[in-house]
Amino acid sequence: MLELKQEENTLTVFLSGELDHHHAKEIREEVDFAVREQRPPTVVLDFRRVTFMDSSGIGLIMGRSHLMEEYGGTLEIHNPSPQIRKVLRISGTDRLAVIRNQTNGKDVPHAYH
Amino acid sequence: MHTINELKCSFPARSQNESFARTMVCAFAAQLDPTVEELADLRTAVSEAVTNSIVHAYRGMDDGIIAITVRLLPDSVIYVRITDKGCGIADIPKAMQPLYSSAPAEERAGLGFTVMESFTDKLSVRSTVGKGTTVTMRKRMRHESDPARD
Repeated sequence: MLELKQEENTLTVFLSGELDHHHAKEIREEVDFAVREQRPPTVVLDFRRVTFMDSSGIGLIMGRSHLMEEYGGTLEIHNPSPQIRKVLRISGTDRLAVIRNQTNGKDVPHAYH
Repeated sequence: MHTINELKCSFPARSQNESFARTMVCAFAAQLDPTVEELADLRTAVSEAVTNSIVHAYRGMDDGIIAITVRLLPDSVIYVRITDKGCGIADIPKAMQPLYSSAPAEERAGLGFTVMESFTDKLSVRSTVGKGTTVTMRKRMRHESDPARD
């Protein structure tokens, strides 16, 4: 379901498949285990392989954002699909985490339309 | 309103059926030749409604049933009705407030109804405490060839 990559100050979590209520709990447990153990300054949630996300994914992002705040780390969201961006926009998640599209390396907080 | 086509289905309120439920509704809606975005909106809205029934309506119950009716109405409108016989919602306006959740400890964002409202054209919620909840949503799918399309 997920793959972790640790490099320098960043822990990248490659999520995959459908991020709904059914799958969120398992992902949350795995991510939190790694984050609590390593306390990386930056955690990246990479959505390139996520085919669907509903508000369960927002809950997951909000929870990880709070976890990062506990020790002053930063949360980033990379490569969300247009459907996922739309859910992020509605939830105002762009205020909790930096959203980037890695294909051009630029921040795309307003690239929802 | 005249129903052109209809699908009815019911299934146990288990989280592994969330994916099946939203996929089924979208498979039915596909006969209207909607855009990728319209179908994604419908998929997300249905997922929210079904998840609410599983997480909230049937909390602590393992024998709940969720019933879905999908109708194709004139003017390319998809109508979806999702019904549970769970605990019901005492205060619907409160439940529909963005970011309100009765289960924040489980990392429910409190955005289910907000997503349903934003991703469909019309949402209605009827509920009786102790009897259950019915959510109905309507969404117009505009064909690729529709010149009035945005």
